[in-house]
Amino acid sequence: MSGSTIIFYLLAALTLVSGILSVSTRQIFRAAIYLLFSLIGIAGLYFWLNYQFIAAVQIVVYVGGIVVLIIFSIFLTQQAGEKLSKQKLSRKIFSALAVFCGFALTMLQIYQHVFYVTPDQAADVNVLNIGKKMLSVNEEGYALPFEIVSMLLLAALIGCIVIAMREKKTIDTEPAALDEVKKETV
Amino acid sequence: MEPGLYHILFISAALFFIGVYGFFTRRNLITMLMSIELILNSVNLNFIAFNKYLWPNKMDGLFFTIFIIAIAAAEAAVAIAIIINLYRSHRSIDVENAEELKY
Amino acid sequence: MPNTTAIALVPLLPLAGFLLLGLFGKKYFRGSSGIIGVILLLASTLLALYIAYGYFFEYGKVDGVYQKLIPIQYTWLSFSKDVSINMGIILDPISVMMIVVVSFVSLMVHIYSLAYMKGEERFPVYYSFLSLFTFSMLGLVLSSNIFQTYIFWEGVGVSSFLLIGYYYDRPSAVAACKKAFIVTRFADLGFLIGILILSFYSGTLDFNTLIERLTHPGSNELKTAVASSFLGVSALTWGVALVFIGGAGKSAMFPLHIWLPDAMEGPTPVSALIHAATMVVAGVYLVARLFPVFALSAPEALHLVAYVGIISAALAAIIACTQTDIKRVLAYSTMSQIGYMMFALGVSGYGGENGLGYTASMFHLFTHAMFKALLFLGAGAVIHYVHGNEMKDMGGLRKFLPITHITFLIACLAIAGIPPFAGFFSKEEILLAAYQNNMVIYWIALTVSGLTAFYMFRLYFSIFWNKTYDSRLMTHGSHQGEGGFAMMLPLVLLAIGATGAGFIPFGKFVSSDGSTLESKFHLSFSILPVALGLIGIFTAMWLYKKQNDRPNKIAVSLSGLYKTAYRKFYIDELYLFITKKVVFNLVARPAAWFDKNIVDGLINLTGNTTQAVSENIKKIQSGKVQQYAIYFLVAIIGLAVLFIYWWK
Repeated sequence: MSGSTIIFYLLAALTLVSGILSVSTRQIFRAAIYLLFSLIGIAGLYFWLNYQFIAAVQIVVYVGGIVVLIIFSIFLTQQAGEKLSKQKLSRKIFSALAVFCGFALTMLQIYQHVFYVTPDQAADVNVLNIGKKMLSVNEEGYALPFEIVSMLLLAALIGCIVIAMREKKTIDTEPAALDEVKKETV
Repeated sequence: MEPGLYHILFISAALFFIGVYGFFTRRNLITMLMSIELILNSVNLNFIAFNKYLWPNKMDGLFFTIFIIAIAAAEAAVAIAIIINLYRSHRSIDVENAEELKY
Repeated sequence: MPNTTAIALVPLLPLAGFLLLGLFGKKYFRGSSGIIGVILLLASTLLALYIAYGYFFEYGKVDGVYQKLIPIQYTWLSFSKDVSINMGIILDPISVMMIVVVSFVSLMVHIYSLAYMKGEERFPVYYSFLSLFTFSMLGLVLSSNIFQTYIFWEGVGVSSFLLIGYYYDRPSAVAACKKAFIVTRFADLGFLIGILILSFYSGTLDFNTLIERLTHPGSNELKTAVASSFLGVSALTWGVALVFIGGAGKSAMFPLHIWLPDAMEGPTPVSALIHAATMVVAGVYLVARLFPVFALSAPEALHLVAYVGIISAALAAIIACTQTDIKRVLAYSTMSQIGYMMFALGVSGYGGENGLGYTASMFHLFTHAMFKALLFLGAGAVIHYVHGNEMKDMGGLRKFLPITHITFLIACLAIAGIPPFAGFFSKEEILLAAYQNNMVIYWIALTVSGLTAFYMFRLYFSIFWNKTYDSRLMTHGSHQGEGGFAMMLPLVLLAIGATGAGFIPFGKFVSSDGSTLESKFHLSFSILPVALGLIGIFTAMWLYKKQNDRPNKIAVSLSGLYKTAYRKFYIDELYLFITKKVVFNLVARPAAWFDKNIVDGLINLTGNTTQAVSENIKKIQSGKVQQYAIYFLVAIIGLAVLFIYWWK
């Protein structure tokens, strides 16, 4: 039982338990926090797999961005303190059953499958190589997806603003504003 | 036993189905969003695991993961915007109340 | 040789009239439809007379025997080499005689209706129906093929239905036309079965071939037809008897006569044409057409014809003595006279001297058409003047309607059998035929002729004498004087016919086998019927010429008999009982229950099931995203299991 194994099991337990708690707790703020722990657990697993860059990206983007965003939206919809309403028992049981069946099927398929490991030598996964590959335009390069993702982010940005925008009030319904406009033109 | 591919695949599958369960069961739109994040994370873990254990000479899985993280962030932002919009019209974010498209 | 165009035009001109007036009459020919109808029918009548002249005097006779010619024939439906339904025209003595009668009387009715139906809203429709009827009747008498006869038979029935129900806003008219159509349709079932039997045994539908095969002594068809029997009666007898039943329905013989009095709801010219002179004789014509089969191969059927005829004649005469509606009296008198024609055929033999009854029957048909149409048109003139049908509203009209009076008197004398009018000659021949063959029928027929004279003159005196007519009693819009030229001309022409037709030597033209029949005049024989007729006339004069109380006293003293006769022997009530209590309850109600609950129920079940299933399925679309997601996952798991484990 090496230390690596113990750490692995601890991280796995953290991830899964936090995940289960996140989907079952009735207080929304706690769900967000449990999600945070679950994501940290995943980051830990990335660290354990020696992919430091991804782990860092995970923490920065997911934990530091998305969970914060979620917490902001919880506050915006004024739901922080109240307890969430319960779901019907039939729904819970049925979905648990379906999920369990799915999980069993997946595990069955995974354990029956024999994975072939390529005999080539392992590449060095460090930031330098990642950067080179990301921005190279030759065959193995990821410059194109990089650019497309950046455009997608721009579109998402604009879309969010447009969707969440308050509707503009017209001048007729705002007699005060009208007076103000009149004052200005005079 | 030395944790290998199968263990990580187990974790990822479990996390996926936990997220699915949460998606089916939660009544609040924001908690549904959280469950979707769990699902996306399980997929990321899957990609990284395959990259490390089956194709260590390439980095495709890594890049997939990077892009998925980016896209997940964008999607979460758009989803929050939609939730805020829905809250304005329904005054609640209980997903059971948003059933206008029924028969 | 006959001119085929002329022959074809005789029925086709009225058909053209029907189509023209029926399709375009309402829009384009409002006022002139009558004239168009008259012109077309005038052309048809002239052509019919031309053909009759040619047939009887030029080419019809070969070696002293009138031939049955078929100038036009073409195959319509061919089932096999032998059996095919053709459309053709046959010219033989009775068909030529009939086209003359039908077209002439129809022409008279067309002219008469110009004045009688003037101002009617549906004037073009009336004339189109009249033309349809004329076409169907002409087609019927000219058919060379029993199936074609059936087609036109139905056509005549439909025209009669349309014309009886012409005043369709009157419920009594609607009920009457329904009754007429249903009763005749019911009889036509017998006709159809008879056609099937006859055509089955003889292997053909063509009249000439059919008669040939079923009467020739050595033919195989005759042997098989006679050999196979059902309930003790040979199949051939069944066949012709059923055909006769069809004819009895159309000719209002007992017990299928119930529709004829009610058919008087139609306009009076229609009654004159259809229910006096032409359609009701279709049954007689049918028996005459198949007469060789009746006489030579199925004599029992001929007995049936005779007895049905005499019973109808007697029954109708008794009922007519009590009726007060003038059209009903005339309807029953029609039934009685057709009974005469029927039993005349029934007592007739075939060939030469034996065929006297046949000639007499056809002669009576000819003369009856004349005087019966005259009677009806005269009654129409009276009704037109008085605006009513009941005898009690009339009386003393001889001063106001002189021409009608004289022509009506001529017709009554004719029907009573007084010489020298036409009815005397034809009735005398019928009575002679009966005397020679069946004494019972003879005595009954004699009595009936006395009754005929009585009730006809009862009618005559009640209309034209009896009271003095107070024209101040007229309530609204009385006509000053008679109906005008269009109404008087047919009356005069028909009166000439009723007077002169008796002198035609009918036996020279029409006889059972085509050869000449010498009609002899037996003076001593004719005294008895004429004397009975005169007794009838004087009795009627004694009772009805001046208004008195004697008829009422007689009615009271014979109260039971009088009431039964007045109520038409309760036959209508019997029919109503059978249909309502028996047929409706035992057959119609269960059938209706079955139809409504089981047949409809089955269809409703499929509809309701579909609806219930859809109500339940539509709940799948609940609008809840999470539910959709669950369905998604379950389906994916299912498909995955399917594809991994089962589908190789």
